[in-house]
Amino acid sequence: MLGIGIIQGLVETARNFFGSYTSKQRLTTVQFPDERLIQPEAARVFPFLVYDTDDWEKGLRCVACKICEVECPPQCISITKSADKKPDYSGIYSGKPQFYPEKFDIDVSVCMSCQICVEVCPFEAIKMDNAFELSTDDRFGGLMWDKQRLAMPNSHYQAIHPTDAAESDAALAEKKAKAEAKPAAAAAAAPAKPAPEKAGAATER
Amino acid sequence: MTVPFLILAAITIAGAVAAMTLRKLVHCALALAVSLVGLAGLYLDLGAQFVGLAQVLVYVGAVVILIVFAILLTRGDEPASPRVGRAVSGVMISACVFGVLVWAVVSGGAAQGTAAPSLAPISDIGHAMMSRYILPLEVVGLLLTAALIGAVVIAMEEKRRTK
Amino acid sequence: MTTQAVDQIFVTIKHWLVLQSPAVIQPAVSVLLSVLPLLIIFPSLFAVTTVLERKGLGRMQNRYGPNRVGPYGFLQPLADGIKALIKEDIVPVGADKLVHFLAPLLLVMTAFLEYAVIPVGRNMVVADMDSALVFFFAAGAAMEVSIFMAGWGSRNKYSMLGAMRAVAQMISYEAPLILSSIAVVMIAGSLSTTTIVERQAGYWGVWPYHWYVFTPWGMAGFVLFMIAATAESNRSPFDLPEGESEIIAGYFTEYSGFKFALFFLGEYLGMFAISGLAVTLFLGGWAAPLSFLTFIPSWIWFFAKLMTLIAGFIWIRGTLPRLRMDQLMNFAWKFMLPMTLVVIFSAGIWRFMPSGIVRWVVCAIPIVLLYWLLGRALMGGRKLEKRTYRFAE
Repeated sequence: MLGIGIIQGLVETARNFFGSYTSKQRLTTVQFPDERLIQPEAARVFPFLVYDTDDWEKGLRCVACKICEVECPPQCISITKSADKKPDYSGIYSGKPQFYPEKFDIDVSVCMSCQICVEVCPFEAIKMDNAFELSTDDRFGGLMWDKQRLAMPNSHYQAIHPTDAAESDAALAEKKAKAEAKPAAAAAAAPAKPAPEKAGAATER
Repeated sequence: MTVPFLILAAITIAGAVAAMTLRKLVHCALALAVSLVGLAGLYLDLGAQFVGLAQVLVYVGAVVILIVFAILLTRGDEPASPRVGRAVSGVMISACVFGVLVWAVVSGGAAQGTAAPSLAPISDIGHAMMSRYILPLEVVGLLLTAALIGAVVIAMEEKRRTK
Repeated sequence: MTTQAVDQIFVTIKHWLVLQSPAVIQPAVSVLLSVLPLLIIFPSLFAVTTVLERKGLGRMQNRYGPNRVGPYGFLQPLADGIKALIKEDIVPVGADKLVHFLAPLLLVMTAFLEYAVIPVGRNMVVADMDSALVFFFAAGAAMEVSIFMAGWGSRNKYSMLGAMRAVAQMISYEAPLILSSIAVVMIAGSLSTTTIVERQAGYWGVWPYHWYVFTPWGMAGFVLFMIAATAESNRSPFDLPEGESEIIAGYFTEYSGFKFALFFLGEYLGMFAISGLAVTLFLGGWAAPLSFLTFIPSWIWFFAKLMTLIAGFIWIRGTLPRLRMDQLMNFAWKFMLPMTLVVIFSAGIWRFMPSGIVRWVVCAIPIVLLYWLLGRALMGGRKLEKRTYRFAE
């Protein structure tokens, strides 16, 4: 009969209306600033630069190789390589002095969170952060993040992405072990060429 | 002549003048609506509630909307070029209508203004329509129904042809 | 204070204030004091209704509504109002400036005019005129012109389409709206809203026996009236003049800031006015629904009934999807019009039969029969069944 469907629909909405007051399960809304969902571990927003030790400037892992700048699809990274070298402060480059980024800017208004910079970085120096409440009232300066804004300690990385951080630390440790093994091997095989500097090799690419 | 009458007459005449002189047809139609509302106000001022309100309901609610729809659907938005011959014939026709109306009013005896206005309550109008004037009312109803059916038939004919 | 005094408190205050003022300006003061409360109360009611509607719709969709501004979000309309006021008022370059400017004003003005004839309580009506009902529909007719002005004045094809849809829809549904109220006029024998309320007074035991909604033609007439009222006030499911998905809010596409708010206000005022008329025509106006509740003032009862009908509007909006244009027109002319005609016929029988259970049955028969027949014809042999989706399942 005409009109039955309308009545059924009305009953359905009435059930929802009263049900929403009696059962909390119906209301799936998370009232954001007060309640928060736990982010999945793989959540990613914008990149940050990892540093070791407690000095953000000296401890940066980045050696200004510019691979990420070249690979970045929307070209939001801009790096200026330093003229001099800084000592291997964090001790992951087997004590050799390295170049460092004089300027490392990411325009997060352009960044598309693709994580390609993280994939291509050979030094585990850039990783994805999961902070997302980043609005600012300065749409030009406030969204152009410099080196200092981007630097985060490795402990932060371990805190937000424990699994990935463990892998990354393991890879670094392995590399370090290999690098330490190499001079020993070189010393064993007496007249051998010195191993090429990693950073230099990378920039030549 | 009272103040309300003067205001309403001014609105009516201003609306009518605007309806004649404005360039865009839609503006003319809206000005006509203003004029018709002024006329309804005059009826209300005279105590003829039903006539005044029916004026708004029928003319503003239906006739003006019909005119506007006709203008829009026939794409007559561009101002028409004024032609002398058309203007002359228009003036002549309106002069004739005005003359007839003046003659009717003067010979009707209402111009003396001596007869006290009889304020018929709306129920009396209803009773008169349903008893004494039932035949004219039914005839008008029949005419309108026939017109409606005719319009539908014409519209359906066009639809069949386009198929 | 007696219940009588509480009931008439506003009337008494008004008389006292009028008598306090100098004799020359007394008529003006009287008019002002009648009109001003309406100009304050109904827009405030609009503010309250917007937040209640959003909360109610939210609950129907299993979410909280607005609950951030103020306690339980009830100051949300204040925030919305401030936002509307400080927004830039944009007028399109191609728009007809004057018509574009006048349209929202005319809409709100005509919406307010409609309240002049609605009795919001015992002895509480602005203009107690003989042909109040005609006045109401005449004001409603002027609303169509303002909507057309908004659509045409914006010089935007979406606005124009929206206005055309709105006007076509309002004209189509005006016929059943007026015809269903004609049934009431036939029985009450008057076009005056106060008289219509008086005719529905009185109780049978505790039951308000004379309310027209408790007669077969009145019940059908009330439902038809409310359907037509929904269409007339452009509410969902008849909100296709402003269909966001295809014509981007229709005739107020080109309005921003406070003018947009005025359109919103006008729409809600129209809805309140027509609900108020439905209360007056079918639900006994300001009368208490049960005889032992008469100690509560009449104006409270009027607004209680009004808000109940508004809740109905919101419920419908939360339930039904928007109609298609051809469905809308078919519904108006193939269902609503015949039904209202048979309601008038039934009211005629009611008028000339002695009261009793027989009259009730005899008057119900033609309505139910036509409803059943129309239902069969319009369904066209299709059955209501659960829709299945081939690829989704």
